[in-house]
Amino acid sequence: MKKRLLDIRNLEVGFTVYGGYLKVLNGVHFDMAEGEKVGLVGETGCGKTTTAKSVLKILPVPPAQTTGGTILFKGRDILTMSRNEIRDIHAREISMIFQDPTAALNPVFTIGDQLMTAIKYSNLHDGMSKREIRQKAVQSLKEVQLPDAERILENYPVQLSGGMRQRICIAMALATRSTLLVADEPTTSLDVTIQDQVLRLLGSLIQEKDTSTILITHSLGLVREWTERVYVMYAGVMVETADTAELFKNPLHPYTKGLMAAVPKLTGEGIAAGIEGRIPDYLHPPSGCRFHPRCPSVMDICKKEKPLYFDCGDNHKTACFLYRD
Amino acid sequence: MHTATTAAEKRLVPRIWERVKKGWYTFSKNPLSVVGAVIIFFVVFFAVFAPFVSPYPEHAGNFVDFDNASQPPSKTHLFGTDVFGRDILTRVFFGFRLSLIMGVVVISLTAPVGVTLGLIAGYKKNTWVETLIMRITDIFVAVPPLILALAVAAILTPNIFNSMMAVSLMWWPWYCRMVYGIASSLKNEFYIQSAEVTGASILHILFREILPNCYGPVFTKVSLDMGWVILLASALSFVGLGAQPPTPDLGTMVADGGKYMPDQWWIAVFPAIAIMFVVFGFNILGDGIRDMLEVEKT
Amino acid sequence: MENIILRAHDLKKHFHTKRGVVRAADGVSFTINEQETLGLVGESGSGKSTVAYTVMGIYPATSGELVFKSQDITGETKKRPKALKQDIQIVFQDPGSSLNPRRTIRQILELPLQVHNTVPKQHRAERIAKLLEMVELPVDFMYKSPPSIGGGERQMIAIARALATDPSFIILDEPTSALDVSVQAKIINKLMDLQKELNLTYMFITHDLSLMRNMASRVAIMYLGKICEIAPTAEFFKNPLHPYTQMLLSSIPVVSEQEEELKPKKVVSTGEIPSPVNVPPGCSFHLRCPRRMEVCSRIDPKIIAPKENHQVRCHLFPGAADG
Repeated sequence: MKKRLLDIRNLEVGFTVYGGYLKVLNGVHFDMAEGEKVGLVGETGCGKTTTAKSVLKILPVPPAQTTGGTILFKGRDILTMSRNEIRDIHAREISMIFQDPTAALNPVFTIGDQLMTAIKYSNLHDGMSKREIRQKAVQSLKEVQLPDAERILENYPVQLSGGMRQRICIAMALATRSTLLVADEPTTSLDVTIQDQVLRLLGSLIQEKDTSTILITHSLGLVREWTERVYVMYAGVMVETADTAELFKNPLHPYTKGLMAAVPKLTGEGIAAGIEGRIPDYLHPPSGCRFHPRCPSVMDICKKEKPLYFDCGDNHKTACFLYRD
Repeated sequence: MHTATTAAEKRLVPRIWERVKKGWYTFSKNPLSVVGAVIIFFVVFFAVFAPFVSPYPEHAGNFVDFDNASQPPSKTHLFGTDVFGRDILTRVFFGFRLSLIMGVVVISLTAPVGVTLGLIAGYKKNTWVETLIMRITDIFVAVPPLILALAVAAILTPNIFNSMMAVSLMWWPWYCRMVYGIASSLKNEFYIQSAEVTGASILHILFREILPNCYGPVFTKVSLDMGWVILLASALSFVGLGAQPPTPDLGTMVADGGKYMPDQWWIAVFPAIAIMFVVFGFNILGDGIRDMLEVEKT
Repeated sequence: MENIILRAHDLKKHFHTKRGVVRAADGVSFTINEQETLGLVGESGSGKSTVAYTVMGIYPATSGELVFKSQDITGETKKRPKALKQDIQIVFQDPGSSLNPRRTIRQILELPLQVHNTVPKQHRAERIAKLLEMVELPVDFMYKSPPSIGGGERQMIAIARALATDPSFIILDEPTSALDVSVQAKIINKLMDLQKELNLTYMFITHDLSLMRNMASRVAIMYLGKICEIAPTAEFFKNPLHPYTQMLLSSIPVVSEQEEELKPKKVVSTGEIPSPVNVPPGCSFHLRCPRRMEVCSRIDPKIIAPKENHQVRCHLFPGAADG
């Protein structure tokens, strides 16, 4: 029985803005064990990046507010940790790969500078000499199959392609031997074959090092190939979760079904109509189930009460009254 | 169909009001910006209503009262009087007037010219037009502002008008450069390409497509510039190249009062503080506007 | 007999930069029939956007033929006759930057009407309202500006803008790449409806092959400025002939078992995409090709048609090395 690594319970996060208060995360539940590769799927604005940033505690706190819930990392609540403790966690335990590698790398420092700094402050440092740190940096670049690693250390980000930059971000994230890797849309800005290469690489590395990974993406296809378990997110709530194979064989929640239908298929059967309506306005979110205004199977109760997770067997849960049993 | 459009059009005014309210919300988050706004509000108020709010409006012109000369600050003369017996508080208010007028005139001349040249140079990047405009700009920028202004003002008769011309001459390049930067980066945006492909005229592209994207930085610069122009103009007056007596100009007042330091300190100090006040006010107001526009972008 | 609305023959567009000549489009030939959708697929550096922009007239062609409805369109848009300018339109890739954030929707939609003067001033508001209706957006969007509406809606406005001059040919450059799946579905369905309603011909560019499968009537795949393979959609996906096509098809993520079975066997792509400044000699793909032969590094293959309507540029097929 693997240990629980991350356990988010009932997380509520909002932002104070001009018009009022945006209640984005409305009771998010998420858990994963060590060594698992979990996918978090959702469309723009559903709150996936907010969730990731909450786990890393990098949300800008004046507009953002956490109004409820807990985030337990290895049993300790991240929300109550001090700045120093969080900094420690960043350096040693949790790494994040951001969506845009260009923005994630500092343009005025060489790759070597940034990579070695990351290693220096990580789990491994413990008295490594400068030469050893450099060696470690070269090794990590080789692991991500970057040719001519020594030369790349001297390069600036602007001299490299998008795929290479993202690989460097991956190298940085993995070199520090973190326990948990959060990858937020790591390949969205890359070309399709490069996407495949990079993900394949990421996949094999996390397999090798047994790193627990959260892969955040809006691409269902990617999730199907690269994760073991999936969470589907809509409007600040997890609407469904299951083992990957199970989710694709048997999607239950109307939103999940709508998403799957909207994906263009290689079989050439045409593209199903999208999901009616727009994502909700977080200033005035819908009552009850946040998906109800767009749901083709809406019932009365959906408008009044917020659905809990209903167990549909075999690790498959969904927050939908249709499955109340 | 028409009713739908005109009904929506009627909502224009409330829409603008919404934007103002929203802008104020962001602006007021920074207390310092509000302080700047308040300072400038008062400066403008005193300047505009100087003839009505100053205790001795006639002291602003040719007035002498040697019996009351060089009085220290008192209840009747809050800032004291100068060697001619003129009330310094009154003259400071009228000085504000002059400073603001100078600021407005200089900026009204330099901003449109600089912005237009910047738009043209930025859009026509990598052509001879850009080279011509930007090299001319470089020439003006290379000379230190004060030196240039002094040189120009010295050649011409010293008066307010000429000092404003002198300041204007060295001020326009900064607008040009700033807008050049923005225009050249926007040139390749899809919406500009779309306008080009649609066949819009170059005037349309410069002034209707690119210019609106420059309002923010330009407006911020205008606000900050008011302070600097006033400072520069005061410096010119200080060396005698600006306003001539008996016109109440803050710089001249500081220069005249300097002779009587430290005994009759109030003659120089209050005008100096007034200059500082105005410049500081415009500075933080400008910062506040810039911060507000930054946030709106995100 | 279908009418050919656009014909390109040996179209080339080269850019002269400090680092050398960029052969963005290097001898591209294809035809598009009326009311058809030609899909153009490729990765970055393939030249697909260059071809699109050249057809649009954003750049003049360097050489080759480009004929639209019997008129030569190798020149820039500015130099084209007015009727032609109205007839060919484009929807750009990034809805975030294809609409000027400082203008209102009304102003954006009014511009083409103003410039081409196709509608007298007093009727323009009506026409704009009608355009909004065509893309299923509420009329009061006229008074909004782009930052206050979502990505999908912005792209709808971009489409409405393209429709303003009543074109017959629209170039769609990755119109949905930046959008979520459910929004994409809405837009694609709308585009297909509009195509039927208004008898439009599309040149559709995307890197998403699954999308192409459902949208295009013919597909052309480009690599480093040249077309590698071109065939009717069903044929293209059932029988991909070029190794590059197979590589791309084998790496697309899909969502069902059925689809997995349709994919060719996995071809692992290796290496970086070379830049169009440094085009390898011989066949431009040979450095990454799992089936390269000796001849591939020497001779650039000619395009040949091993089956009817299905053309390929590869030495694996006899006849490519001739001439």
